[in-house]
Amino acid sequence: MLEGVKDSFILGGREFTSRFILGSGKYSLDLVRAAIEDAGAQMITLAVRRANTNASENILAQIPEGVTLLPNTSGARNAEEAVRIARLARELGCGDFVKVEVIRDSKYLLPDNSETIRATDILAKEGFVVMPYMYPDLNAARDLANAGAAAIMPLGAPIGSNKGLRTKDFIQILIDEIDLPIIVDAGIGRPSQACEAMEMGVAAIMVNTAIATARNIPAMASAFKKAIEAGRTAYLAGLGRVIEKGACASSPLTGFLND
Amino acid sequence: MAYLPDMEILMESTIMEQVLARREEYDYRRYVAEDIRVALSKDNRTLEDFGALLSPAAMPFLEEIALKAREETRKHFGNSIYMFTPLYLANYCENSCVYCGFNRCQKIRRAQLKAEEIEREMRSIADTGLEEILLLTGESRKMSDVHYIGEACTIARRFFKMVGLEVYPMNTQDYAYLRECGADYVTVFQETYDSNTYETLHPDGRKRVFPYRLNAQERALRGGMRGVGFGALLGLDDFKKDAFATGTHAWLLQRKYPQAEISFSCPRLRPVTNNGVIGGSLLHESELLQVILAYRLLMPFAGITVSTREHAHFRDNVTGIAATKISAGVSTGIGGHQECQEETGDDQFEIADTRSVSEVYSAMKERGLQPVMNDYVYV
Repeated sequence: MLEGVKDSFILGGREFTSRFILGSGKYSLDLVRAAIEDAGAQMITLAVRRANTNASENILAQIPEGVTLLPNTSGARNAEEAVRIARLARELGCGDFVKVEVIRDSKYLLPDNSETIRATDILAKEGFVVMPYMYPDLNAARDLANAGAAAIMPLGAPIGSNKGLRTKDFIQILIDEIDLPIIVDAGIGRPSQACEAMEMGVAAIMVNTAIATARNIPAMASAFKKAIEAGRTAYLAGLGRVIEKGACASSPLTGFLND
Repeated sequence: MAYLPDMEILMESTIMEQVLARREEYDYRRYVAEDIRVALSKDNRTLEDFGALLSPAAMPFLEEIALKAREETRKHFGNSIYMFTPLYLANYCENSCVYCGFNRCQKIRRAQLKAEEIEREMRSIADTGLEEILLLTGESRKMSDVHYIGEACTIARRFFKMVGLEVYPMNTQDYAYLRECGADYVTVFQETYDSNTYETLHPDGRKRVFPYRLNAQERALRGGMRGVGFGALLGLDDFKKDAFATGTHAWLLQRKYPQAEISFSCPRLRPVTNNGVIGGSLLHESELLQVILAYRLLMPFAGITVSTREHAHFRDNVTGIAATKISAGVSTGIGGHQECQEETGDDQFEIADTRSVSEVYSAMKERGLQPVMNDYVYV
């Protein structure tokens, strides 16, 4: 980070200095531990359907105090199901944060933007801090913001694909036009991709598969932490211009005016 | 094999025609090594790639295919393995399927659990820690009608988070009723997708109506079931063609109903006494593994169950590669899940893996896998 600069973002009245969020779709205790200890995560998502268990290794018991739980509505195929799952999360003691995930395609797991907007509208009115997972579309993002979303979570690539920022140009549009934290979720496969997203100006990155399927989970979690910090520092420092064509003379065309 | 008067016909659905046509065209002898390499190099595999992976040309590549399958399984499921057990509610049956222990001509003890017995069985199963149950009956609408099954689902909802059904095919409205009662998914084994062989193996009873059985999954989805399961009894006919048809069936239905959760089972025909009718052949474990791997690569997001027809050694190893669901504490008779309680009805098939829930749970953990009791919310 830049020395002397406190860099944090606010969500739901809470301040976060870590821009790494752990997704927990592919879940293990090792992953949760690594995310917190090696990646410094201050927020962890949790599939409510996964917490809906009597099993002794319930993920809820593994989240330490001080870490914000972000329950997600995975399994919901429409707005009504997402709303029911969010309310169930509250009943289970998961707090008021909710990541709305509405997917009605079991092959690619792509989010349904229109159902997500409907669910966001209902849940925001019920006092939830709503973080919707969405396909990066500016119109949908505006509708989500108007519906009361606390952040926008566009996907980089399909869940689990590890393909990185395939939707980069459309995420950039959201960064430029939407006055909410933009958090890239899904598809980030390498620390370099997380760094790239942070250089663009996203507020945070959510990662799951890339770490969960790494050979060394703690090491990969640590790599992501460093990459996210590097990208954020670069963004704050102000990246130089990228010259697309030709070179740029140090004496520009209008330099003669100073002669 | 004409439809019976009370059987719903899906007039506009072309799924069956497509499945049977593709099965007929499928010639696994024409695939070569290059087809396997192409299939393995892709992210999204087609039915043509699936056909190659099921062919004899794939056998020399089994290890590479397994590596790819494991990678896909990890991407979609992490290291999670879902656990469940079947509960046979009744073994009354009006069919005379040649290969089945419940065949109505078999002289076995017939039984059906009453509501209070269902509750006791379920409580015993729930005490083992399981949160998902699969309910089965023989095919007897007279003895085990839809309301009986519905009542069992309602009881099951009190003890379990996920309720599956493997019962006789029914109409859309019956599936909708059972969904309201608490059922989440439906599995139907087509046994074989060759209609001539099917006719030979099912001499009478409602099960004889081949198209009604084949379209069961589509009716279940229309009735609101979250997910459907597919399977052929491999070995009844040409297993490559039957596996190909099974995968094709699932693939086509998922394209038509994108929200459907798809799963495969891979029952393998085991030796049947007094069998003079079954003309197929028994699969080797390597061939069963090939089928499982091919299902995984065709539909990386589909669940794959390996049952207790297989030995512990096979089940433990395949769950580390491509299977994502495993049964434990299994009894295929009627009753018998409670301690000191004998079964009242005889078994459907012989169990090769008799391990308890805790034994299977431990075995999964020892292999670095994460046994999951529930990953579902009924909404």
